[in-house]
Amino acid sequence: MGFDSPTRGIITTVKEAVDNALDACEEAGVLPDLFIGIRKISEDVYRITVEDNGPGIVPAQIPFVFGKLLYGSRFHQVRQSRGQQGIGISAAVLYAQLTTGLPTVVTSRTDPKEAAHRFELAIHVESNEPHIVSKKEVDWDRTHGTRVEIELRTSLSARKRLLEYLKFTSVVNPHARIMADIDGETLTFERVSAEPIASPKAIHPHPHGIELGALKRMTAASAAPLSEFLVSSFSRVGKKAAAEMGAAAGLDAGRKVKALSADELKRLHAALQSVDVPAPPAAQCLSPIGEDLIRQGLDKEFQLDFVKARTRPPSVYSGHPFVVEAAIGYGGRLPAEDRAQILRFANRVPLMYQQGACVITQSVSDVNWKQYGITQQGLPMGPVLVLVHVASTNVPFTSESKDAVAAIPEISKEIDLVLKDLGRELKQFLSRRDRRKAQDDRARAICSIIPEIAAKVSEIVEKPPLDVSPIEGKIMRRVVAKKWTAGGTVHLSLRNYTDKEVTLTLYDLSPDEGKGAAPAPSYTDRSGDDFTRVWQVKLPPEEGWDATYRGKGGGRIELRGVEDPQKVVVDLDV
Amino acid sequence: MSKQELDTRAAKSLLAIADAWYLQMKGGEIPYITLPTRTKQNIAFDDQTEVWKYGDRESMRSASTEKSAVHLLKMAYVIGFIRQQLREDRSSTLRELYYITEGWKRAKFETQDESNYLVEDLEILADIPREGFHLRPEEDGAGVFGPLRIRESTRRGDRVLHCQDDVGESGYQIPSNLETVELLDHSAKFVVAIETGGMYARLIENGFDDDYHAILVHLKGQPARSTRRLLHRLNEQFHLPVVVFTDGDPLSYRIYASVAYGAIKSAHMSELLATPEARFLGVQPTDIRVYNLPSDKLSEKDVEALKAELTDPRFATDYWKREISLQLEMQLKSEQQAFAARGLDFVTEEYLPTRLADMGVI
Repeated sequence: MGFDSPTRGIITTVKEAVDNALDACEEAGVLPDLFIGIRKISEDVYRITVEDNGPGIVPAQIPFVFGKLLYGSRFHQVRQSRGQQGIGISAAVLYAQLTTGLPTVVTSRTDPKEAAHRFELAIHVESNEPHIVSKKEVDWDRTHGTRVEIELRTSLSARKRLLEYLKFTSVVNPHARIMADIDGETLTFERVSAEPIASPKAIHPHPHGIELGALKRMTAASAAPLSEFLVSSFSRVGKKAAAEMGAAAGLDAGRKVKALSADELKRLHAALQSVDVPAPPAAQCLSPIGEDLIRQGLDKEFQLDFVKARTRPPSVYSGHPFVVEAAIGYGGRLPAEDRAQILRFANRVPLMYQQGACVITQSVSDVNWKQYGITQQGLPMGPVLVLVHVASTNVPFTSESKDAVAAIPEISKEIDLVLKDLGRELKQFLSRRDRRKAQDDRARAICSIIPEIAAKVSEIVEKPPLDVSPIEGKIMRRVVAKKWTAGGTVHLSLRNYTDKEVTLTLYDLSPDEGKGAAPAPSYTDRSGDDFTRVWQVKLPPEEGWDATYRGKGGGRIELRGVEDPQKVVVDLDV
Repeated sequence: MSKQELDTRAAKSLLAIADAWYLQMKGGEIPYITLPTRTKQNIAFDDQTEVWKYGDRESMRSASTEKSAVHLLKMAYVIGFIRQQLREDRSSTLRELYYITEGWKRAKFETQDESNYLVEDLEILADIPREGFHLRPEEDGAGVFGPLRIRESTRRGDRVLHCQDDVGESGYQIPSNLETVELLDHSAKFVVAIETGGMYARLIENGFDDDYHAILVHLKGQPARSTRRLLHRLNEQFHLPVVVFTDGDPLSYRIYASVAYGAIKSAHMSELLATPEARFLGVQPTDIRVYNLPSDKLSEKDVEALKAELTDPRFATDYWKREISLQLEMQLKSEQQAFAARGLDFVTEEYLPTRLADMGVI
């Protein structure tokens, strides 16, 4: 369950604690401020500290939350949550206890008026009951929140993956500020959204998604007769549907559900699946991240040339509501040659392992990316990033370790649709970019190579040198700035081939001092060995401007005052 | 055409290309060139001349992208260089040209293939063979041996040579520019073009040229342009039949095809280089069977090549269909020197006389 190797232990522990912290903040409507500390204690023992500003846990509950496996208060609730099953953090406590023999330290405070409580906790392995090693009231500078300190035998060899985990967590939780100190390396993932996430509401289970075990527990806890039980305990079940279910199961509407036999329960369970009931109300129990926040999250952590996100409308598989959202990023600092980076998330938790077994990866591979202008070897290749988030009241994982989403047809269909949608957007971006590139290419060709061809051709045919500015003007309709050096003289020229007057600022940066420049620059600036000469030029349509000075050339020029598509800047010495 | 004439025409044609660009640019146009598309898809068999030429597809290259503009710039530099070379009556190899471009900054060539290809483009544009540009290929010409008298104009003056009496055992070496060679006279009845040096030397040693009045031409594998040009001229000027003697394997049949019909790379020169009357002598698949020649199994690649040849219009005759099918059936190939298994004289005393008589050449 994520503790199968020491290197994984550290990530699983951090992950469980962070999931809990974010869930807690969300429930309380607080903007999360998390601190994650990892400190080496001895050769292979590390102390992991996770601290949040959440609502805190009342002292009576603390031993059970951390010291009893499978305790989780949210176990039977039908709504989207990170942990989804309460096994997580207490498993980490147990793992620590088994590898180092040390108890876990939990400090928590629920209100500025209440004191903070500090527990040292372990687990009685035989009885699965919490063992309170010590317990006291302490001073704490936080007004509310929880702090967990776990010491376990592990290693930091998965440091890179741990950093990835934090980065990805920050991408899908742009409302959180996450600070980390990983054995001396400090990092801050800033929040970019000041909106706390609305906590998804719990709904009644849908009759199509209920498991027999859960049904058994629900009937055992109810004093109601069958019809009333069905209407009040399940979502979308009305009197008519309840009657149909009773009839299908061969059970009287007035039967007390508490008294149903095992066989009768089985028949009822089958009847629940067989009757047509509208899909569950997904909107209130699911909390997708949203297109804007995904975009902001990605922009913040990856500098991209293109990023688009999509959230699909909610959908249902076997009675469980789910929603798929995805984003595609391109360019920026993504590696140009590698496979695409796939960011997988389930209920806002990054999935770090078993990429190949996950329906998200399969769906990404199944898309024909070539039609969107992306090369592909199974996964798409190149500077591409694909993010997919599956949110559900019950994310179907392939295994207990919750590393990979299972291949449910309804889910892979939704992923496929959203990726194709984004693929079309990416293609549009790429072809627009290529068009722009072709235009720039053309501009450079015309302004720098054609003059060279003209010079050579004039020499061959032994005719007067050609003036190619009519070609430039006719084709470009832009402002053209040129710099070239010949015979110890640096030439600068500006030509306005547009039909509007332009006011330009020309920056010419090089080691030349530029003495005796004609016309003289508006001002000259020196920084180190470089001089920047600045000319301000007002240029009516069809007019030109030239300047010269003695020098060796080199450096670079920059032109401001016209939009990029309206200008061509060429350095003929390069 | 004399060398003088060719030089003058080359200079003129190159100037015309540059002049066209000059006028285009003077008129405010982006300079461009138009060339036939040089791909396999644009090669067509010309029924009239019976050689392979470029088809009607043309592509225009205009200096409106950086890549094309640089291509035109390189072309302008090469034209300038050739004009200079013609003026000074110097020449250079294609490889030397590649190195000369080193100093041309943006017009510098990245690979020799690029400069070779550009020279071929210029041949097409100017309608002048590269000899007219004083550009030589790297490969040295192969040899010719037989009752033939030629005059070669060399740097040290004209030399008249008889290709049996005035040359050594390896024959007269064909210069890379055959336009400097005049074919004077001969006492031959036919020409044998031979793929391998071993067989060429065998025929000379056995005195085949004397006994049968044959001009022997060494192809040296896939023949160089000048070798193909010589065969073309022997056939055209003296109306001598030309037979091609190669190994009995599919790649050698292509050597025959390039002699007879031309090659893709030089399709613009097919009329000057190809000898449509050239006939295939052997080794035929039939010969492998009839003479029970030592042989090798066909490789996968051979089989593929044979199958490709079955659909190749150059091999679309009953003769080739029969022979290729037979070879596919036998799955065997033999080298021409395999005749040595029957004794060193077998090829000149038995095989060639029989086969040439069958073909009606002797």
